[in-house]
Amino acid sequence: MAAAVPNPVFRLPHPLPLDSGQVLENAGIAYQTYGDLAADRSNAILVCHALTGDQYLASRHPVTGKPGWWERMVGPGKPIDTARFHVICANVIGSCMGSTGPASLAGDGAPYAMRFPVLTIRDMVRGLVALLDALGIERLHAVVGGSMGGMQALSLAANWPDRAARVLAIATTARHSAQNIAFHEVGRQAIMADPHWRDGDYYGRDKAPDAGLAVARMAAHITYLSEEGLTEKFGRRLQDRPDGTRGAKSFGFDADFQVESYLRYQGSGFTQRFDANSYLYITRAMDYFDLAEEFGGGDHGGLLAAAFAGSRARFCVVSFDSDWLYPTAESRHLVHALNAAGAPVSFVELSAPFGHDSFLLEVPALDRVVAGFLNG
Amino acid sequence: MADTLRLDLAVIAAQVPQGSRVLDVGCGDGALLATLREAREVDARGIEIDPALVERCVARGLSVVQGDADRDLTFYPDGAFEVAILSQTLQTAARPDHMLAELLRVGRRAFVSFPNFAYWRMRWSLLSTGRMPVTRHLPVSWYETANIHHVTIKDFEQLAGQLGIAIVNRWFFTREREVPRAGANWRAEYALFELSRGC
Repeated sequence: MAAAVPNPVFRLPHPLPLDSGQVLENAGIAYQTYGDLAADRSNAILVCHALTGDQYLASRHPVTGKPGWWERMVGPGKPIDTARFHVICANVIGSCMGSTGPASLAGDGAPYAMRFPVLTIRDMVRGLVALLDALGIERLHAVVGGSMGGMQALSLAANWPDRAARVLAIATTARHSAQNIAFHEVGRQAIMADPHWRDGDYYGRDKAPDAGLAVARMAAHITYLSEEGLTEKFGRRLQDRPDGTRGAKSFGFDADFQVESYLRYQGSGFTQRFDANSYLYITRAMDYFDLAEEFGGGDHGGLLAAAFAGSRARFCVVSFDSDWLYPTAESRHLVHALNAAGAPVSFVELSAPFGHDSFLLEVPALDRVVAGFLNG
Repeated sequence: MADTLRLDLAVIAAQVPQGSRVLDVGCGDGALLATLREAREVDARGIEIDPALVERCVARGLSVVQGDADRDLTFYPDGAFEVAILSQTLQTAARPDHMLAELLRVGRRAFVSFPNFAYWRMRWSLLSTGRMPVTRHLPVSWYETANIHHVTIKDFEQLAGQLGIAIVNRWFFTREREVPRAGANWRAEYALFELSRGC
């Protein structure tokens, strides 16, 4: 495991302007770096994290104690090789692992809670660009991201076209679909229906809206997996009882099925490390994401190509055949826009059984594509 | 290390201008694109339908898109490339005539190679056995081949004329060597044409 400095936080020297028209004062961005920065600062790779990810890309998570979320991809000799590249990963603003978010204290000394401004993906990237400025990195060797991280990579490529030489967008989309928004709304409503949510003012109280947040995570988690994967892992198998007796139908509402038990475990584990209000704000930012709309083509992305008109970067787009959250059709839509813009682009749909989560899991073809693209 | 190129690809590689922007439609494992990038510093792009081959292209640092040329060429703007290449792929297109038109829409020049169904071994095989030929150049049986539009050199020249496409140059080959133009429709196993938009 790569050694990482304890959680540094970059404090923006100026108010961060937001797409809503508001500004975020005194914003902080917590980040981690891995590998040495070359003297000419040409070897930096920015990895952008997904909805519930964080800056602990390739080092132990301080809350859960688990390995970094992309340790299989990032490290010495790995596809994103920290012996060659200086890899930066920052917690997005709005999140809860050290960057300014709804749980942070506002100017009046009380937590923002729902006073926190609604963010967009571009706002998150604006924060990341300020961090790059502070680190003295003019042009990234590459910006890399999966899922919401891919949205940030695309947003950076479109809005700051000189800042990255390569853009690697995995299992992602240039716009959130109605189905994507619908699933997020289920999660938000679960949080807001929890009596402990209290219109977001739960900080410092006995109880947080953990039940609602757990349900939100359970629903979302289903969308990250494939039906094939769930069937293979759990099927209709029954869960053994805590006292060791064999699983049987309880004719009640305990977690009879293994899949129920698994989801409950995922849901409750998630509440240990994530803030419910952050979940509201970040899902909102994803729902607002429509890159074509940002560039004047509001009608179903007809002008997505315009977003990349000024780009000089090379692009690589990767989808997975079992990902129904951001299916291959969304990647093709993006690739066609990049073709129309004349951008050099690679695209491949990889076969993997794990659904949307494939980008985080053991898919050797992804390793080859990532390494080949970053070294080419 | 440069790949050893098939004869038609070696000719194309020698004809493509230094530093030009090239699209190889049906680029396979990217051998031609890699050669063009290294030897002639071209801005090399490709389309390939087979994901395993695309993965190999991307892993060697090429800009290759997994896609179906019948559908995906339409997303490239007019004149986006100086050279468009279609090697041994025309006979797999749903509509070869549309494919040629698209090729010369996105590229100012095009190189197109295809197996010649009027090659004498083909003719002899069909005549003597009464069955669809299976040869070293077309090694797959009729029911499983991707080659759905068999074409001869004469057919191709006629189609180019009908479409108003100018034939700038032509080369004819057996597997081992180039053959002369005279009698090529008998003697050539496959052909390569350089095309440009007609007037």
